[in-house]
Amino acid sequence: MKYLAGLLTITWKDITAEFRTKEMSTSMGIFALLVMVVFGFALRPGAEETVAVFPGFAWIGFFFAGLLGLSRSFVSEKMNGAMTGLMLAPVDRSVIYFGKVAGNLLFMFVVEAVSFPLYIVLFDVPAPQRPGSLALVAFLGTLGFVAVGTFLAALAANTRTSELLLPILLFPLAVPLVIAVVSMTRAALTGDFTDTASWWRMLVVYDAVFLVVPWLLFEYLLES
Amino acid sequence: MLHATGVTKRIGGRVVLDRVDLDVVPGEAVALMGPNGAGKSTLLRALAWLSPPSSGQVTVGETRLPAASPGARSQMGVLLHHTFLYESLTGLENLVLHARLHGVADPKRAAGQWLERVGLTLFAHEPSRTYSRGMQQRLAIARTLIHRPKVLLLDEPYTGLDLDGEELLSGLIRQFRDGGGSVLMVTHDLETGAAVSDRFIVLVRGRVSGEMAAGAVSRAGLEELYRQGRAKP
Repeated sequence: MKYLAGLLTITWKDITAEFRTKEMSTSMGIFALLVMVVFGFALRPGAEETVAVFPGFAWIGFFFAGLLGLSRSFVSEKMNGAMTGLMLAPVDRSVIYFGKVAGNLLFMFVVEAVSFPLYIVLFDVPAPQRPGSLALVAFLGTLGFVAVGTFLAALAANTRTSELLLPILLFPLAVPLVIAVVSMTRAALTGDFTDTASWWRMLVVYDAVFLVVPWLLFEYLLES
Repeated sequence: MLHATGVTKRIGGRVVLDRVDLDVVPGEAVALMGPNGAGKSTLLRALAWLSPPSSGQVTVGETRLPAASPGARSQMGVLLHHTFLYESLTGLENLVLHARLHGVADPKRAAGQWLERVGLTLFAHEPSRTYSRGMQQRLAIARTLIHRPKVLLLDEPYTGLDLDGEELLSGLIRQFRDGGGSVLMVTHDLETGAAVSDRFIVLVRGRVSGEMAAGAVSRAGLEELYRQGRAKP
């Protein structure tokens, strides 16, 4: 109970600060819309090739927008040594990690929930055949990206080149996730889930690994 | 209350703290003095287990770090050079955040009371980035004490405070000590800081070089001790 209360307190802090500054949501939202505009020039709405590549560029937009958010998510913790203040709280230090994950997850979901319907309308892509499965894929894909991204953002936060280091560390690790989530999104859009069992497993295992590893290592990361 | 034995800290092969032994009993305020680079701030960070010592033992109350460090952290109030404040949160929200993390009952009420004690009630709903350095320090002092710790670790706590702020902090330290709390305070302020201390410890190059009771030394003697420590090879 104390663990959950601590986690929610840190998430509340991030949401309150974001509500006031709108630093992350503005940059993430604008970037997601810019991606749509750029691809809008390159692809013909409703064309067969557009529908075929749609899951790929939708997730490129979400992940790059998410990267912008993640790179800002520890800025406030660095100022005035605020992270040290959190470290002094009498809670397991993984609470800090999961609190940050919950906040980042929420911000990414908001961006996805606003952008995805716009993407579908603008590119004249048929409505998803399996919206429930699409939502589950979006949840698992975003969770995996945020889980690994938050950990690496904390790792990079204490370096002078944190905004450069984060994408260099994050994108190679996110490659399996991107492949799985794009394949699953295509399946959810068309309703054809043949031979997708291995992608489901991949998403679940990826999420599990990148939630457990930071949970074990986050305290050492903070102390170092 | 606070007990450290053989605390040693090595950073990159350099010994920053060398087998420091330290005791601060309940109801005692100890001033930790020494020249710049002596390891005073490092010692506080090691005692708070923010930067764990390379070797040695730290005990807070009955809790030995780090085995049950969350329990020990709840007994410690730590004020370092940084204020640990979130600039986009208001003064009230900053205190509520720390009160909630420390499991304080009715965090908003406690935050309101502490804002009043440090004279910031009028600014409770202003983002802390709009506060002056002295106001931020007052808020940081409230943040340090809001969860009713038993041990205070303070690193130059008078920084940025005006005369009223200095009096307020000295009063809070005395009240805390008289209530049975233990205070370990790094200070260069031989006037204000020393006035609330019962004992002085001088740290030079990571080692305890001298120790005496407050009544046993005059201001001039304290200055002499400080200089001797600085001159030691």
